[in-house]
Amino acid sequence: MDVIDQGIGEIFTDPDADRARAFFRKKSRKMDNKVMSVKDAVAKFVHDGDYLTIGGFGANRVPVAVCHEILRQGRKNLGFAGHTSTHDFQILCAGEAFDRCDVAYIIGLEARGLSPNARRYMETGKVKVTEWSNYAMSVRFKAAAAGVSFYPARDLMGTDTFKYSAGKIIECPFTKTKYIALPAIYPDVSALHVHEADIYGNCRVRGITVSDFDVARASKRLIVTCERLISNDEIRRDPSYTVIPYWCVDAVCEVPYGGYPGNMLGEYFSDEEHLKEWLKVETDPAAFKAFLDKNIYSCNNHFEYIQKNGGMAKMQMLRQKEMMFIGAR
Amino acid sequence: MPDYNTMELMICTASRELEDGASVGVGTGAPCAAAMLAQKIHSPNLIIVFEAGGVAPLIPEMPISVGDSRTTWKATMASGMCEIMETACRGMLDYTFLGGAQIDMYGNLNSTRVGTDHQKPKVRFPGSGGANDFASFCWRMMVMTPQDAKRFVEKVSYCTSPGWLSGGDSRSKSGLPLGAGPYKIITNMAVMDFEPESKRMRIVALNPGYSVKDVQDNCGFELLKAPKITENPPPAAEELHMLRDVIDPYRYVIGR
Repeated sequence: MDVIDQGIGEIFTDPDADRARAFFRKKSRKMDNKVMSVKDAVAKFVHDGDYLTIGGFGANRVPVAVCHEILRQGRKNLGFAGHTSTHDFQILCAGEAFDRCDVAYIIGLEARGLSPNARRYMETGKVKVTEWSNYAMSVRFKAAAAGVSFYPARDLMGTDTFKYSAGKIIECPFTKTKYIALPAIYPDVSALHVHEADIYGNCRVRGITVSDFDVARASKRLIVTCERLISNDEIRRDPSYTVIPYWCVDAVCEVPYGGYPGNMLGEYFSDEEHLKEWLKVETDPAAFKAFLDKNIYSCNNHFEYIQKNGGMAKMQMLRQKEMMFIGAR
Repeated sequence: MPDYNTMELMICTASRELEDGASVGVGTGAPCAAAMLAQKIHSPNLIIVFEAGGVAPLIPEMPISVGDSRTTWKATMASGMCEIMETACRGMLDYTFLGGAQIDMYGNLNSTRVGTDHQKPKVRFPGSGGANDFASFCWRMMVMTPQDAKRFVEKVSYCTSPGWLSGGDSRSKSGLPLGAGPYKIITNMAVMDFEPESKRMRIVALNPGYSVKDVQDNCGFELLKAPKITENPPPAAEELHMLRDVIDPYRYVIGR
């Protein structure tokens, strides 16, 4: 197939489908108990230099506990999928944890504004950047989930987003239509937050799925944090609710309020005051360092973080904020 | 002085473009407010979709994220990024609203960077998000932005999301889906569309109190003029009531 044009961006992960198959051939299919702490999961499955994907959408259903633990354990030189990322990106920038990034959406926290520290980090020149769009990244995960090395799409063409991507323009062998070929991403490790999982990693999710189901299947290693553990009997009672199968999963960590300070559909709303404080404190380096020490580095786990930010009373308020809203259904 | 502000005027003008039964992909902020207003005033069957997966919600109040709980309030489906963008690529999304730090005479948008060194930009912005995708796929792309010569530049320094590219037939030659592209640019002073052949931006309507010269003086390139330039009606009392009392009571958007 002839390449008509190509972007100048770098590919940070190996899109080769047969090398991915060789990896997945060795991945366990056993229904083992995978329950462990977030600390153990990050120690075991996230290594310096890995390519990392974080699930959810910005500050919605994001595995915040894993992001904090990556900073506490001082992971460096990660590659990162800057796909629908907002608060997760902000946390990882605070630890300068990654040095290369596939960019679709970074720095911003949507309607809340831009993160001054994330912006500063991305302007230092320390991070290698390749540009994409949110859908282009979703397609790249989808290709990997399907076990192929690329998928065609019809976006990016004609723009600088294409120029700074690593996509290639090809021609359809049937219709002669131009497509952009988007290389598969097989992340070394990914982390997702879900509503419910059993001890083997069978997962249930409510609400929007973003790209999480494809990310789960594309990833070589997968850490799942869940609001609640449920029994395997419950999973088997109605398997139609299972959206991520256990064999994709390497670690299951029960973290109630694990998406805090973000929003978790049907569970709790986002803590807008805390997110606002975070954005504000980033403008003062000394205050920001103290803020990170308080909220991340001096905490042993997610409970301590929540404890320092209002504890159960705050969680109940956020639950009520979400429930009053959902209650009218 | 009229009893409405710039943001209210832009939202009301934009909402009138969305006819009943159409589908629109929106983000947070003003575009979402315009879609909600259209749904409450004249287009009860307007289908609103969010890139993160929400389909046809009856949004109760302004979302703060395109993926938060409000974006699936009484929705018909909670899906994902691929579902939404595949639907758009299939040709099922009629409209989208986008924005950026810069827009040029062909409607191209920059939301990525200022400066020439891509690895060390002078100013870094969020990037495409879903904007390049919606701009590539939705039949009619619209922009709501203040009229400002720093924003309206002859050529964007970085093209994040496609407008008519370099004009003429350049967009159809690029490989992007045929027939889709920028439709209307809505500012505090005027509404612009694109001249059918050259695909250059042109003034088609003026807001109350503004002249062609006002618009041109606040634009970094020469605007074409449509053969007939109409005047937009100001926001109606019912529109302002919905916007202020129902859609955005905390003034997250209209208070900007």
